[in-house]
Amino acid sequence: MAMAASEIERLIKAAIPDAEVTIRDLAGDGDHYAARVLSRSFEGLSRIKQHQAVYAALGGRVGGELHALQLETAVPQPENSN
Amino acid sequence: MTDAQIRIADLVKNNDVVLFMKGTALFPQCGFSSRAIAILDRLGAKYETVDVLQDPEIRTGIKEYSDWPTIPQLYVKGEFVGGSDIMMEMFESGELQQLLGAEA
Repeated sequence: MAMAASEIERLIKAAIPDAEVTIRDLAGDGDHYAARVLSRSFEGLSRIKQHQAVYAALGGRVGGELHALQLETAVPQPENSN
Repeated sequence: MTDAQIRIADLVKNNDVVLFMKGTALFPQCGFSSRAIAILDRLGAKYETVDVLQDPEIRTGIKEYSDWPTIPQLYVKGEFVGGSDIMMEMFESGELQQLLGAEA
């Protein structure tokens, strides 16, 4: 079952308010997405825990109605000020 | 612990490198499983695979085992490493080589 990219982004931001979310629809079928999620809340968490936080935000949809979500998570890097 | 959880624990404990996947190493049945195999082969790793499509109890059980909703799942020396995205990140950073290299 397909899910809109905007809905994925909304759910992630609802659970991780400071998240910067970038979503790409890989196949154009509304069922295969890649998401990049940046959040300060990931600081100090293992990759597994970071991904689990995003999966939790999506409330059990990953692996179910959302078959394919390629996921990349990271802590945003401070920008160079000079 | 359910029977499936006990069987999964045995598989994870008795194999240094084990990938729970859809299909077999020769014929992966999903793009993510295929990518995981490609990474392991690229590293020349010795690994076992478990085809979850052949075993519905393992297919459901493995998701509970590590609180991880998707397949494939890689375990090294009894530890959950991650799915194919994490494998790819660790491959690109050299961490996976290190983790698997320590096996030899």
